Amino acid sequence: MFAFALPMASEEGGFVPPTVSDTHLPEIFPWMAEYGTGFGKQMLMIVLSIVLISWFFTAAIKNPKLVPGKMQYLAESGYAFVRNGIGRDIIGEKNFRPWIPLLFATFFFVLLNNLFGAIPFLQLPSFSHAGSAYAMAIIIYGTWIAVGLKNHGIRYFKLAVTPAGVSPVMLILLVPLEIISNFIVRPLTHSLRLMATMLAGHIIVMLAASGARHLIVVQESLALNGVGVLVIAGSVAMYFLELLIMVLQAFVFTLLTAIYIQGALEADAH
Amino acid sequence: MNSTDFILAAGESVNPLMPNPWEILVTGVGFAVLLFIVIKVIAPKFEQSYEDRVTAIEGGLEKAEAAQKEAEETLAQYKAQLLEARTEANRIREEARSEGAQILEDLKTKATDEATRISEQAQRQISAERTAALSSLRTDVGALATELASKIVDEALKDDARAQRVVDQFLNDLEAQQNAGASN
Repeated sequence: MFAFALPMASEEGGFVPPTVSDTHLPEIFPWMAEYGTGFGKQMLMIVLSIVLISWFFTAAIKNPKLVPGKMQYLAESGYAFVRNGIGRDIIGEKNFRPWIPLLFATFFFVLLNNLFGAIPFLQLPSFSHAGSAYAMAIIIYGTWIAVGLKNHGIRYFKLAVTPAGVSPVMLILLVPLEIISNFIVRPLTHSLRLMATMLAGHIIVMLAASGARHLIVVQESLALNGVGVLVIAGSVAMYFLELLIMVLQAFVFTLLTAIYIQGALEADAH
Repeated sequence: MNSTDFILAAGESVNPLMPNPWEILVTGVGFAVLLFIVIKVIAPKFEQSYEDRVTAIEGGLEKAEAAQKEAEETLAQYKAQLLEARTEANRIREEARSEGAQILEDLKTKATDEATRISEQAQRQISAERTAALSSLRTDVGALATELASKIVDEALKDDARAQRVVDQFLNDLEAQQNAGASN
């Protein structure tokens, strides 16, 4: 159903484009579930990312020096980027401190899992799988609503859907739109933006690899072999573009998290 | 697995929007664990490190400020002392100058007094010697003149009494003459 290139599989030996199912690798514990629904490589990578992030930042700050070493400097720069660049700038000097851990964990969790897609052998951005993106979006969605309720009580639902300074007539029009936009579309876009960009990037890499392999190995014509080499060159450029998108999407995901929390904290100001 | 299986698999089971429940569970629990570690360990340590650095830098600045202030105070103190020392030196120099002048004046006076004293003494000695010379001359000149006259007049004047009378007369005249010269 999701054909990303026209299949030419009608005759034996034709080019078969990779499909989404290729992003679901065989299960490591196949007895746990049917194919594509069990515990697989993607989940191992999620676990790996948690171990790596915890290890790196704990080790980097184990013996903090006033004049930091390379590792401590790198870790502190990353921490300060999320703390000041996202947390303080979006949520504001007054309220941002309790949210640093959430933003920090979100940013580096998403970032590392995205970057897995650019690391040979791992080569799979974890968030190209919808389940992980949904899980993160649900956590943020729940947090956002909980913050709103904690700060403004049940009145928050009214505050969240009624923009201030709008005439009652317009409210009739706007309130349903705001409900759809905030409570239904928001978590979907939050998760699907991440998942779709990662999946698209991953499929481009797969498509380029399998296409180049087909052109070089299967095809007899020298010209087509040459085109295969060009595809490899192009895929290198795509690789760097993907790298940029991976970092950017981690940033966007965390930025939106901060914006949602800020909106919930200061709902009356809107 | 050949190519047709791929297509079948794609068509049959995989919709990229349909989540694998295991993935939701692993991601959710995993993120919770990560968040727990971040809240409990990582964030406090980084905040602590940040605080420590702020404290250290601010402490350093304060220390530097204190040192600066102290240095300025010391400098002012030194300057005051220097000024005091200069004034003192000037005063001493002035004193020495006036003292020197005083000493010079005293010496001059003393020298003048001494000179006067010496010249007076010399004067006295001269007049004493003159008196002595005069009295000695009176005796010697009488004898010499008598001897001379006796040689000239020889035998004619062998009468002693007469000769003594002539000599006395001559000396008295001489003395009278001299007194007249001294009184002039």
